[in-house]
Amino acid sequence: MNENLKHRIKARILKALHLFALFIAMAIICVPGLWIVLNSFRPTVEIMAKPPVWIPSELNLDNYRAMFGAVGEGGVPVVQYFTNSLIISVTSTVIAILVGMAGGYAFARFKFKGKAGIFIGLMLTRAVPGVSLSLPLFIVMAKTGLIDTHLGLILVYVALNVPFTIWLIDGFFRQVPIELAEAAEIDGCTRWQAFWKVEFPVARAGIASAGIFAFLTSWNEYALASQLTRSTFSKTMPVGLRDFTSEFTINWGGMCALAVLMIIPALILTFIVQKHLIAGLTFGGVKG
Amino acid sequence: MSRLKPPAWFVLLLPAVIILAAVVLIPLLLSLYSSFTPYRLTRPDSLYRWIGFANYEKALTSIHFWTAFGRTVLLLTIALNLEMLMGLGLALLVNKVTWGQRSLRTIMMFPMMFSPILVGFQFKFIFNDNVGLVNNALQSLGLTDQAIPWLVDGKLAFFSILVAEMWSSTSVFAILILAGLFAVPRDPIEAATVDGCTPWQTFRHITLPFIMPFIYIALAIRSLDVARAYDIVQIMTNGGPARRTELLWTLIGRTGYVDARMGYANAMGYISIFLAIFFTVYFFRKLNAARAELGMGG
Repeated sequence: MNENLKHRIKARILKALHLFALFIAMAIICVPGLWIVLNSFRPTVEIMAKPPVWIPSELNLDNYRAMFGAVGEGGVPVVQYFTNSLIISVTSTVIAILVGMAGGYAFARFKFKGKAGIFIGLMLTRAVPGVSLSLPLFIVMAKTGLIDTHLGLILVYVALNVPFTIWLIDGFFRQVPIELAEAAEIDGCTRWQAFWKVEFPVARAGIASAGIFAFLTSWNEYALASQLTRSTFSKTMPVGLRDFTSEFTINWGGMCALAVLMIIPALILTFIVQKHLIAGLTFGGVKG
Repeated sequence: MSRLKPPAWFVLLLPAVIILAAVVLIPLLLSLYSSFTPYRLTRPDSLYRWIGFANYEKALTSIHFWTAFGRTVLLLTIALNLEMLMGLGLALLVNKVTWGQRSLRTIMMFPMMFSPILVGFQFKFIFNDNVGLVNNALQSLGLTDQAIPWLVDGKLAFFSILVAEMWSSTSVFAILILAGLFAVPRDPIEAATVDGCTPWQTFRHITLPFIMPFIYIALAIRSLDVARAYDIVQIMTNGGPARRTELLWTLIGRTGYVDARMGYANAMGYISIFLAIFFTVYFFRKLNAARAELGMGG
């Protein structure tokens, strides 16, 4: 009886500790972000106040109004930036996932000569520091007329993401027991059908996470975008953030407003794609 | 009529190879060539003068280069290890939760939705010595009465960059490890519990080996993803003040674009690539070993 009670108390304490740790972790993750959201609704005076004003006296939409306003009044071409970012990120993610699925499947399922070498070779294309790549890339793009176009950035982002999507998707296809596909083929599926009906749904969690990574990488990339874009025709949102900085000052309120606008689509997309990450959960019961 | 049919793996890999060759390999050859010239952005004709390994010699004998190199290795090592441990902890915490897990997972990935350039601005503000949140919090708690120059003092600035870097990237580890946790089969765990294993033993001998491949994938991705950290460092300190937080990426970026010495910058870039090659090959080997243990190698 006493033993039983001790056990129950221990379990309670562990549970409380778990919740407490979870709360602390989530708070650390959220606070800097909430600070940005809060700042986007406050005047600069209050943002820069010392000591900091935690509970704002007044919330308004001034920063947003200015951002969407005319150029002279602190407005930036947000809508254009947003559209550019969306087109470039979505297209490059879809292509990177398709290319990555093909490549990842090849690495996970086929045996061929020089596999490790080819794999490492593909990965190393990502090892090149962005700084040393940006100027030659600029020259090549200038020669081919791809500077300041959506296509130019899409190509770059596909290349940026393919090594990762291959690596990730390869990892998840390996978790799918090869017997599953073989069984499907014995049951009369073609290899193609076996892939789509059996292996693909099972590896969906991995493909979804690779998709999130690829999208967020292209959505947030700054260094190459700032090199390869010239005008509002192709500038993306991270490059747009720079519109709020000048030599010595930073327009914090405006920048935070744009940042909020930048985070919302990423947040929504991530939340939606989360559903597919659960696919891995239901599969956990199948034996390897 | 017989046609030579390329093997399936070749066809599947072809798109990846083509796009990487076009976008990465060609510019890479260009910059490799320029690292053997005294190329300056301000004098385009200098691209056609061949000076052999002079740039490499200059970089290899430069104290600035080696300091930046050492600092980069230090930052990478500390950041990768801490991010991995914290990511593992976070994944385990979230994995244990039974309610609202989907929302928690989304919140967990929150920092990933921040553009690195934004993270840079944000932490520059948080660590500002005058109006920054950290100093104000410390002062109102009475822990200190003076402004701590977080971004000016060399050691503190390094620490501040580390914090920003960890805040933004721990979730990469957490989400991959969590995906790994989902894929852990239930049967061996149940069997272990029946056999009387403690939770720690179960974790150490069953769960951990199973998620090791995911940890190595995350480590490899993060170690390669040096370009991401560039934005953060560039915005927060830009290697300064007086080179006290100089990392390879800020050094190369500044040499190439501000000093306009592109040839020299590229030479430094190529030396630093060996760092990335080392990390990639190392983690790839570890990954293969971990997979072989699980019978997923080859």
